[in-house]
Amino acid sequence: MDFLSLFVLVPILMLVGFLPCKNIRQIRTVAVIGSSILLGLSVALVCMFIGERAAGNTAEMLFTFDRVWFPTLNIHYSVGVDGVSVVMLLLSSIIVFTGVFASWNQQPLTKEFFMWLILLATGVFGFFISVDLFTMLLFYEVALIPMYLLIGVWGTGKKEYSAMKLTLMLMGGSALMMVGIFGIYFNSAGSTGTFTFNLQEIAQNGIPIEAQRIFFPLTFIGFGVLGAMFPFHTWSPDGHASAPTAVSMLHAGVLMKLGGYGCYRVAICLMPQAAHEQSWFFLILTGISVVYGAFGACVQKDLKYINAYSSVSHCGLVLFAILMLNETAMTGAFMQMLSHGLMTALFFALIGMIYGRTHTRDIREMGGLMRIMPFLSVSYVIAGLASLGLPGFSGFVSEMMIFVGSFQHTDMFHRVFTVVACSSIVITAVYILRVVGKILFGGVQNEHHKTLTDATWFEKIAVVTLIVCITGIGFFPSFVSDIIKGSLTIMTSW
Amino acid sequence: MSYTLIIVALPFLMFLFLGLVGGKMKPVVAGLIGTTGLIISTVLSYIAAGSYFFSVGKIGETYQTIVPMNFEWLRFTDKLHIDLGIMLDPISVMMLVVITTVSLMVHIYSFGYMKGERGFQRYYALLSLFSFSMLGLVIAPNIFQMYIFWELVGVSSYSLIGFYYTKPSAVAASKKAFIVTRFADLFFLIGILVLSFYSGTFSFRDLTSPAGCAFAQSITDTFMGWSVVSWAMMLIFIGGAGKSAMLPFHIWLPDAMEGPTPVSALIHAATMVVAGVFLVARMFPVYIFGAPDVLTIITYIGATTALFAAVIACTQTDIKRVLAFSTISQIAYMITALGVSGYGAHEGLGYMASMFHLFTHAFFKALLFLGAGAVIHAVHSNEMDSMGGLRKYLPITHITFLIACLSISGIPPFSGFFSKDEILVAAFEKNQIVFWCLYFCAGLTAFYMFRLYYRIFWGDNNKVYQHTPHEAPASMTIPLIFLAALTCVVGFIPFSEFISTDKTVFHTHIEWSIASLSILVAVTGIAIATWMYRKKNTSSDKVTASIKGLYTAAYHKFYFDEIWIFVTKKIIFNGISQPVAWFDRHVVDGFMNLQSTITNYLSRKIKFTQSGEIQDYAWAFMMGAVVIISLLVFI
Amino acid sequence: MSNIPLAGYLIVSAIMFFAGVYGFLSRRNMLTILMSLELMLNAADINFVAFNKFLYPGQMDGAFFAMFAIGVSAAETAIAIAIIINIYRNIKNIYVDEVNKMKY
Repeated sequence: MDFLSLFVLVPILMLVGFLPCKNIRQIRTVAVIGSSILLGLSVALVCMFIGERAAGNTAEMLFTFDRVWFPTLNIHYSVGVDGVSVVMLLLSSIIVFTGVFASWNQQPLTKEFFMWLILLATGVFGFFISVDLFTMLLFYEVALIPMYLLIGVWGTGKKEYSAMKLTLMLMGGSALMMVGIFGIYFNSAGSTGTFTFNLQEIAQNGIPIEAQRIFFPLTFIGFGVLGAMFPFHTWSPDGHASAPTAVSMLHAGVLMKLGGYGCYRVAICLMPQAAHEQSWFFLILTGISVVYGAFGACVQKDLKYINAYSSVSHCGLVLFAILMLNETAMTGAFMQMLSHGLMTALFFALIGMIYGRTHTRDIREMGGLMRIMPFLSVSYVIAGLASLGLPGFSGFVSEMMIFVGSFQHTDMFHRVFTVVACSSIVITAVYILRVVGKILFGGVQNEHHKTLTDATWFEKIAVVTLIVCITGIGFFPSFVSDIIKGSLTIMTSW
Repeated sequence: MSYTLIIVALPFLMFLFLGLVGGKMKPVVAGLIGTTGLIISTVLSYIAAGSYFFSVGKIGETYQTIVPMNFEWLRFTDKLHIDLGIMLDPISVMMLVVITTVSLMVHIYSFGYMKGERGFQRYYALLSLFSFSMLGLVIAPNIFQMYIFWELVGVSSYSLIGFYYTKPSAVAASKKAFIVTRFADLFFLIGILVLSFYSGTFSFRDLTSPAGCAFAQSITDTFMGWSVVSWAMMLIFIGGAGKSAMLPFHIWLPDAMEGPTPVSALIHAATMVVAGVFLVARMFPVYIFGAPDVLTIITYIGATTALFAAVIACTQTDIKRVLAFSTISQIAYMITALGVSGYGAHEGLGYMASMFHLFTHAFFKALLFLGAGAVIHAVHSNEMDSMGGLRKYLPITHITFLIACLSISGIPPFSGFFSKDEILVAAFEKNQIVFWCLYFCAGLTAFYMFRLYYRIFWGDNNKVYQHTPHEAPASMTIPLIFLAALTCVVGFIPFSEFISTDKTVFHTHIEWSIASLSILVAVTGIAIATWMYRKKNTSSDKVTASIKGLYTAAYHKFYFDEIWIFVTKKIIFNGISQPVAWFDRHVVDGFMNLQSTITNYLSRKIKFTQSGEIQDYAWAFMMGAVVIISLLVFI
Repeated sequence: MSNIPLAGYLIVSAIMFFAGVYGFLSRRNMLTILMSLELMLNAADINFVAFNKFLYPGQMDGAFFAMFAIGVSAAETAIAIAIIINIYRNIKNIYVDEVNKMKY
């Protein structure tokens, strides 16, 4: 057994461990132990990765492991990581860890909830470690399906509608993607004569430009749906609003990153020429996402909707930066994925905690919470400031990296669009401060809220972990950006 | 000089310390810790200034730029990387002194003013954060570090304006301040992007060195008929205009007076609002060599703002708002002075004058605000109408306030006279229209300051107060006296020997022809104010009635707030956001729902073929089998 | 016996089969439908045995298959009757067109 497969194995063992659990306490124990192991594994992976790179190992993928599991079609179980996936694994394990604490008192059907949640996590981890397109797609679907049940069963509001919408739209995306992936497969032979699903081999063999032109948009849109690209983003507000806390966290924090990661790994790395040709079209779409999401967030009344639209805006920025096809902007894109993942998870965790107390998410019905629950409120302000890109938090470095990187593009069109995307930072400030001003400051709106209590210890663990990560990246961004950049230089040298 | 790091780092550590554990301490202890930290910073910055100006920095007649510390923080490309570091040159050292002094005064003053307030520890933590950000801003060796601290300054200002967060007006004011300045910051950022794209560097040293300026001239690219350097510098200036409350971004500053008064003194009078001036001064060589056309625009914006704010200040009745508009007007003076400046020894008089005015203004404006704070502390109101005859009750405040008023009006030998005189001389040599505009403003300044002074301390001498006003405690009066003393002496500093455009010492002397003119107009202003407000009489009402239209317009701040509210509420919210949200729900999402509706409709239509009756299926199966078999057999 | 031609068996089984089909399609009572089903199965069994006898006289495969089919159909009938009894308990009749509670 190799090291990376542990990322899939541990969640599966957790699933098995849940089976004999009798009460919520045992379930929590299993969940906490499992997610801590995962967190430890990913931290260890980061250290090992840095160590390997420092030792001069310049192989594209490290810690590789390969085994054929369906020889007829040349499908392998093939894993390996580069800097980008290491960072994504770290993000996923942090979110899973905090998600467990955020759903500490999840009722009813606690066992089933955690099992689906961990199954989702299995898919996510598997996706990030895969180097084989088919295995990747397999894990992708594993990550999507539990979403339906998690929202449909444990959600709030119009949960069945939202769950159905989310699943159908994402499935629609994966249908497009599947066409794209098979297109890639049947054009992957190059001069070798054998079709392959292995990403590195495909990249080496090269796909004919005619095929790229057809399959690039399919793959990009397919993953773009999950990355909330305009106009395929409408599952996001409803889905996030209905999902239970931990699911929102995992979904916005990690699952949406699958989209961006896939766009990069599959669409851009395998079909760079087509990406270069068609980037203008997708830039318009993602540029719209950025500004449009921000404006959309300005007038929402439900906390989760505000955040969902803000995610559309921030994730739009990720895809926007990826399309700039230069090293700085792409590094920025992955920094933004990491930073948005942490920040939005923090937001959803806090919203869940506030909702658990006030039983409303309508910003008009809240006010003056700062005095009632100072810890949660201050954390909310911090999350807000991180989200609007304040220096000292991760949002700033990633956004600046994207803007500076994008502005280095030699084409005037790209630069003008960068300026358009920049303007989102003002609108972000508008909606963040609007919410903060309405719900945290001012007088107490509702007399019943006066008796509410502040965060409990397990909520504090979740919140503090996330805040520490956000500020850590904000203060020492080079640590992360170096990991990412080291891998991009290999892959973006066309 | 690497100990300058401590000047910056110490307030940050204080912020972290007080922010994390301050809540568990006694308020006074937290305040003392914060103040101690700042005292150390202040002392160190005095030492730094002393050694920089008199030994380390000065080689021959020229001041050196010293970079005691610089490391790469985040690398974008090979050429572009954000460095964090310290750069000492005359203006940054001067700013270190200004910031630490005023900040220290405010720290001490707040012991009295904020006593018993809820969140005292938080207040000191935020003050430390602000001091840190402002210090980091002025010592920045590259434009990106400046931008970082620029944002931090913005957020600490936000949290201090909204310090009384249960008060809706304070929350609204803080939000407004943040968003307006953030809007301007966007242009700043774009300006940085444009500039760095063409120049390939963030560093001030590369940008503002003669070689860097030469490159600025060599860039010939244009965008929409204007050279890209001009675009970049104009955008950067807009950023500065946002922080420095230039027209039309001034609207946030008067509202920012919702914050505690010491905060207004520190942030919205002495330090943060001059960041824009500092920015233009920092980039001055690029302006003068690369984009002189922008400098002309800056001049006119400055002059207009000065006049505009001075007129409004004459009509306001909230004493802090009068001071706020006066601040806008005085900062506009500095900006104008930069605009009319040239490069070189005496050519660069405007630049020197601007920095000189920044320096003197910081002290006397802080003094005015702190004095106003003492008044508010005594009468528990901001409105002039509830004041009058306070000179009997508040002797120390009265005297110090008077000194500050005389100084800002430009009466010798107080500091304002010297710096304002230099600005007028610079303007006179360059641009007569601007000169007369500023000259008129000087008169207005004297008038509204003495209107304020008389209405607080004289006016209705027999005013009856519910609680007898009493002089503020020593923690508040000591800073007043200290600042008043500074106001009296700093004017005599030969500023041109320290600060000049090319960092070379030159000598100036007072142009008595212009100085006498300016004293004349100041005295006239004071005289009119004395006639109108010294005693409670009707002359002021008569004057107001005679210029009713102008008065009403000025009283409503020329309706700028209304315009901004129209823009934000009507255009941004109702005009863009609402339609976007509607469009999203009904068109984009509607399209998705439409697909599902169509699918549903079709499946409903064809579902009757699936009756669920086994015999129907069997019948269809049979018939189908018969048809297929007969086809196979007979064809 | 031995001089009955193959066609004879086939005719009988065809008649049986179509009788079954007719019964299956026209009856509403589930038991009758089940009986029709059995009729069709048995018709098929006859064919198996008959073809075995005439085409591969020395072997027993067809006969075995018929045996299996009988066994399977017995099991199937048992299950079907169990279901029918349950349906009867629920809706008090066993007419196929009235068993539509699970639809829509």
